[in-house]
Amino acid sequence: MKIYSKSLINFVVLEKIFQVINIFNVCCRITTLFMINFERFILSNGLRLLVHTDKSTPMAVVNVLYDVGAKDENPHKTGFAHLFEHLMFGGSINIPVYDEPLQQAGGENNAFTTNDFTNYFCQLPAENIETAFWLESDRMLSLAFSKKSLEVQRKVVCEEFKENYINKPYGDVWHKLRELAYSTHPYRWMTIGKELKHVEDASLEDVKGFFHKFYTPANAILVVAGNVDVVQVKLLAEKWFGPIPNGEKYERKLPVEPPQTAPRKLEVKADVPLDAIYKCWHIYPRLDDKYYTADLITDVLGGGASSRLFNALVKDKKLFSNINCYHLGSTDAGLLVIDGKLVKGVEMKIAEAAIDEEIMKLLEKGVSETELEKVKNKTESAMVFEDIGLANRASSIAIYELLGDASLVNTELDKYKAVTTASIAMVSKEIFNENNCSTLYYLSKTI
Amino acid sequence: MNRKSAPKITEAVNFTLNLKPYETLVLDNGVKVYAINEGPQDIIQIEIVFSAGNWFENKNGIAGATNFMLKNGTTQKTALQINEAFEYYGTFCSRHCYNETATLSLHTLTKYLHHLLPVMQELISDSVFPENELELFKQNSLQKLTVNLRNAEFVAGRLIDSYVYGENHPYGIYTRPDTLEQLTVEELKLFYNQYYLNGEAVLFVSGNLPEKIFELLNNNFGKLSLKPATFHYPAKVATPSIVKKYRIENDKTSVQGAIRLAQPFPNRHHPDFKKVMLLNCLFGGFFGSRLMSNIREDKGFTYGIYSYIQNHLQQSAWLISTEAGKDVCEATISEVYKEMKALTQKHVGKDELLLVKNYMMGTILGDLNGPFQIMGRWKNIILNQLDETYFYDSVKAIKETTAEELMELSKKYLSPEQFYELVVY
Repeated sequence: MKIYSKSLINFVVLEKIFQVINIFNVCCRITTLFMINFERFILSNGLRLLVHTDKSTPMAVVNVLYDVGAKDENPHKTGFAHLFEHLMFGGSINIPVYDEPLQQAGGENNAFTTNDFTNYFCQLPAENIETAFWLESDRMLSLAFSKKSLEVQRKVVCEEFKENYINKPYGDVWHKLRELAYSTHPYRWMTIGKELKHVEDASLEDVKGFFHKFYTPANAILVVAGNVDVVQVKLLAEKWFGPIPNGEKYERKLPVEPPQTAPRKLEVKADVPLDAIYKCWHIYPRLDDKYYTADLITDVLGGGASSRLFNALVKDKKLFSNINCYHLGSTDAGLLVIDGKLVKGVEMKIAEAAIDEEIMKLLEKGVSETELEKVKNKTESAMVFEDIGLANRASSIAIYELLGDASLVNTELDKYKAVTTASIAMVSKEIFNENNCSTLYYLSKTI
Repeated sequence: MNRKSAPKITEAVNFTLNLKPYETLVLDNGVKVYAINEGPQDIIQIEIVFSAGNWFENKNGIAGATNFMLKNGTTQKTALQINEAFEYYGTFCSRHCYNETATLSLHTLTKYLHHLLPVMQELISDSVFPENELELFKQNSLQKLTVNLRNAEFVAGRLIDSYVYGENHPYGIYTRPDTLEQLTVEELKLFYNQYYLNGEAVLFVSGNLPEKIFELLNNNFGKLSLKPATFHYPAKVATPSIVKKYRIENDKTSVQGAIRLAQPFPNRHHPDFKKVMLLNCLFGGFFGSRLMSNIREDKGFTYGIYSYIQNHLQQSAWLISTEAGKDVCEATISEVYKEMKALTQKHVGKDELLLVKNYMMGTILGDLNGPFQIMGRWKNIILNQLDETYFYDSVKAIKETTAEELMELSKKYLSPEQFYELVVY
């Protein structure tokens, strides 16, 4: 169902294996059509439990989200949250292998790490749900810290790094762009890590330290969804997760990104066939009211074949062979991005001026009511389609709980509906200020 | 509480699985509609499948270009107006071209359906293929191709198919810059006229269907000069490569190799097919497979390795696919062969076999959830000209296939010398 994602890029390192699931759009939900029911509890060790029942499916999903992402890493040991995620499958204190018992119970699982959090989920026939409680609680209790697992997974992650960020044309773009746009905030690096060496150097001591610091009940959110009974789930949660010691609650103190005060530019030459441009602007934290306006602005400019940039720059002026506008959807203030590949022979300055012209048009004339209605309809539709899958609903509840309010899963569409043409005009002016902009020219060496 | 022992489970292998039956309708022009009405959400998916894949083109690229350009202009609307007509309602209208078939599909909130079907109808009955749109399509496809050709995974995928089927077979042919450049509006119009306007089609609709769905579909598609799908494809002969082993340098600076191993394999009608699906799963079809356990989880040579049977209608191939570190590509291939050999020499253990069976049954159970997934299963069955017995026999094959049978199948199909072997660096 990946076609329904709104922000479309691989900012998320999808683990532990590369099935495509829809996790890119960590934003928004639906109010009017289909309420997602849930009940919320807190265990005495601080673990939050949310239960969503859906009796129409024979399946159950157990989703465990840990409040730790790449942004919590030591700048000299980046990529660790993601490497650690791999190690979570390398055996826990009482259970030598994670996957086999789950597969034996007819289940499957996956996990992913973002800059903000790490999420694990498994889906299995509802009658076998206790197997998931057993497996997930044991690895929250303690890992086996196997040397062999660390050695193998370091190599696996290095291959993953090579496959996606070295051995692909334009693969290193986001390493460069993040470093350009963020001077201070740990969003400066990608979840895969700054460099291979950081992953290669990870030691068992690092692994243990990371586990004890972040993988505690108070730092986790457990969502159970599907054909389950709330009372039964509560009992199972108390039985399996209740005895896990509290641990210390991690208090996050991240360096704050200072406001950008001057344009930033970087030019890179690489062995790629086409010139490309990437421009990004700082936007707003995930729960800021202006976030929703910024989200809709990206749809006006770059969402689909009726969007402004595509029609002006690909279709009419024929300067780009493709152009996109999206944002990162991160918890702390993220980036709004425009990127495109230039038609061979087009000069970078001309292509960039054409992007600027579209932005000027937006600043001067704003958007029409019809155009706003269109992007709101698209948002509503995307939300409904995303909620089809049980696993998606479970991870959405977990992510909203992490943001501070699980009920946003049912109310967030109202925030989009409240966006007006006036707020678009106001927020566009704030965002599209040249001092707030970082530009990367990614030039073809072969020209 | 004993955390060392697993809670009791119900073995998924004992589940009874049911595939919800479809309903059928026949439009006035004879075109058949398969429908699954289900789901709490007010959403619908409509897919029109035309017999208009690259099987029917007489020059490479025509089928794909025609399919792509369905949304690029009618006598009434420009490309922009078409896209606005869909996107205003938050609707996704997409089109795809495959080997035998090509599709036009719609995903929308059901409440908007009546606004959208007329536009969809217009694309099928009134597309004009403007010259400037084709030029733009060519230019942008060429650019995309140039980028893709730098990517070893993309190059390896094209080459392995060409070895198995030959470059002149629809399954083995691939897009080249010169064939793209030569496409003309006249060729697209001819193809459109024959394979869309007057072509063969079948419809699949699923989701929360409105009461008047038949009337809606019949009014919009029943009067068109479409014909019911016959699923008849003129025979084409594959010309597999004689040479079996290839090592290709695509990029001097690469740090990985894209490895593809393949051998021809029959289609879903073959009596071995269903049991081989079980064997494939065990061999390389899921995270707990032999290949993944050895080559990723023990050796760390790769981020992932999979084997699969290509989902082709007429003939197929069994593939193994992975990206491995440049210095361990040859070691990876020899480990794959070791795993093949092991399956031919030693019976799969009871526990492992039960695990794979439980896993597959649990996965199918989870997969049968929701209208789109159910319809996806049916579509595959129908396009392969099978019926529900295929589904139930597949389930039976998972439940009943023995270790002895798996060894026999391994001996028959998993001999290294039968495989094409390719590494693209």
